[in-house]
Amino acid sequence: MAFLEIRDLRKSFHEVDVLKGIDIAIDEGGFLVLVGPSGCGKSTLLNTIAGLETITAGEIRINGRPVNDLHPSQRDIAMVFQSYALYPNMNVAENIAFGLEMRGVSKPEREAAVGRVADMLQIDHLLKRRPGQLSGGQRQRVAMGRALVREPQVFLFDEPLSNLDAKLRVDMRTEIKKLHQALGTTIVYVTHDQIEAMTLATQIAVLKDGILQQVGTPDQVYASPANVFVADFMGSPTMNLVPGNVQSANGTTSVRIGAVDLPIAEPTEALRARAGQDVVFGVRPEDVTDVASADRSARYVETVDCNIDVVEPTGADKFVVTRLGEKEFTARVRSSERIAPGDRVPLAFNMDKVHFFDPQTEMRIN
Amino acid sequence: MSAASNDIALRTGVITRVAIFAVLILFAVYYLLPLFVMLVNSVKPLEEIRSGNMLALPEVFTIAPWINAWGEAQIGVQPTGLSPYFVNSIMMVVPAVFIATFLGALNGYVLTKWRFRGHRIVFGLMLFSCFIPFQIVLIPMARILGLLGIAGTTWGLVLVHVVYGLGFTTLFFRNYYDAFPSELIRAATIDGAGFFRIFRRILLPSSGPIIVVTVIWQFTNVWNDFLFGASFADFDSQPMTVALNNLVSSSTGVKEYNVHFAGAILAALPTLVVYVVSGRYFVRGLMAGAVKG
Ligand SMILES: Nc1ncnc2c1ncn2[C@@H]1O[C@H](COP(=O)(O)OP(=O)(O)OP(=O)(O)O)[C@@H](O)[C@H]1O
Ligand SMILES: [Mg+2]
Repeated sequence: MAFLEIRDLRKSFHEVDVLKGIDIAIDEGGFLVLVGPSGCGKSTLLNTIAGLETITAGEIRINGRPVNDLHPSQRDIAMVFQSYALYPNMNVAENIAFGLEMRGVSKPEREAAVGRVADMLQIDHLLKRRPGQLSGGQRQRVAMGRALVREPQVFLFDEPLSNLDAKLRVDMRTEIKKLHQALGTTIVYVTHDQIEAMTLATQIAVLKDGILQQVGTPDQVYASPANVFVADFMGSPTMNLVPGNVQSANGTTSVRIGAVDLPIAEPTEALRARAGQDVVFGVRPEDVTDVASADRSARYVETVDCNIDVVEPTGADKFVVTRLGEKEFTARVRSSERIAPGDRVPLAFNMDKVHFFDPQTEMRIN
Repeated sequence: MSAASNDIALRTGVITRVAIFAVLILFAVYYLLPLFVMLVNSVKPLEEIRSGNMLALPEVFTIAPWINAWGEAQIGVQPTGLSPYFVNSIMMVVPAVFIATFLGALNGYVLTKWRFRGHRIVFGLMLFSCFIPFQIVLIPMARILGLLGIAGTTWGLVLVHVVYGLGFTTLFFRNYYDAFPSELIRAATIDGAGFFRIFRRILLPSSGPIIVVTVIWQFTNVWNDFLFGASFADFDSQPMTVALNNLVSSSTGVKEYNVHFAGAILAALPTLVVYVVSGRYFVRGLMAGAVKG
């Protein structure tokens, strides 16, 4: 049975439905990342798990125990907030020990626990300082320390890294991952950042307007997005999504995009059934490359000559923007490739990694 | 901000600056003159005041008027001076300030961090109470004090001042706590702290500046109040302001101006002390907040 189970969770503020029936289950030791655009209900979902918000309907179970009616302090969870929420009038040691103090843990035990956590997070030298005297990264550590010291069953993180600068964010990300591997505690983690989601998660849940779009491993979510929204949301630069039309002639199925006809090697039943119909064709920029760097393990590669409009070097690669069926289309080429705007070059499409969506429902066509 | 004012100071010419200072000094003199007159005349014998110039420094220095005002002047029946009434005022002010500040803080806390249905209306009504003229409540208040059996007592006055001060103290604390991050409350909730523990351990320690503001406000108002004191107090609970009035207006025979001046200064002294002492903490509190950002 799953360790953290959320069943048909609904939450309304007055008349506004913010969460509209969420079902998530996560195993013990799992790392669930909630992603989605601003205002989709990520924090609200996290707060309902914490018990900071009451729920309108549904059930939340932690380790088999329904926690709906339990006070936040009795759910055996710990939370790290976006603003860190360190108590400004207490020093670091007092901040970390506060939760233990409230639980009536004796002073020597509290001190030992604080020492242990400070050691783990390398903040021993900061214990006597006030939060106002710490840098952003140090505050972040203290906030984690405050959660760690409680040794809860579930950690909840609400965008813990979003206030840090880019470099520190990457460092702390690695550290959180290490911490998770060392402790093995179940984590629910909210973020805007889909790279954070991909690197940290064992399970990603993509949320939009209070509705769960897809739950799966990072690989599933990335390689087989359930709908146009997920396809567009995960990945940077974003997936190319262009309108196309499924064609069927002489036993071969292809997708027609503007003037280009891309044969589909092993079309699925569902796709063949759509012959003559419009679809949304999707392919990630990294799956459209210069011919020399086409994926060698790919079974089917189609080459198409394209006019290049824009070239964007990133250092490691170059992204080139072309047009396909009157829509902008991004491809990734080696940085050594000499391409200038206006050139006409062959681009290799990895046809193993193309996606089709229904233009009306926007759902994936398998 | 300081950069901007430097800028202005650089650009204004000498003449302008002289004019500005002249006006400032003029107003300072204007405001300080009454205090000067009171001080100077409170240490002169009565004859010197009557025969001489009010603005002149004393020829014969005496503290007899002060001793008289404090302990000997005839107020009411006994020649007690102002001292018992000073004690009355203290007995009234201290609980009135303490209770109104504490309840205001609690109200502000509830109205921002434990919102309930209709919290806006409750706050609106409390705000409204700030604008009710004193005179309107005199009769209903007298009736309520009578019903409670505390008419004419110091505790009756405390109740009146707490009720009247609550609107303002609530307003102060509500606005202050509104800017207080709610995530701190949530963190403390998860840590297992309850309603009062969060208030005492998290909110109150960060409330220094607003407590000082509220205490100054409430202390000044209660101490200086005359109307409620005159309306609701008995002889043995009359505050300083009422006693001062009695001293000045009711004494038969010669008007002892020097004693009156000394009494007036005595009556004003506590508010002055509160400003001087806590005003500094007030500024310090504001600065600390500003630097931390
Ligand atoms: N207390 C509240 N009362 C009314 N509406 C609320 C309340 N809290 C949140 N909402 C609404 O619920 C929706 C979801 O909010 P939530 O904070 O969960 O978004 P989020 O996904 O965390 O966004 P972000 O990424 O910007 O943090 C928003 O539309 C918000 O306006
Ligand atoms: Mg949020």
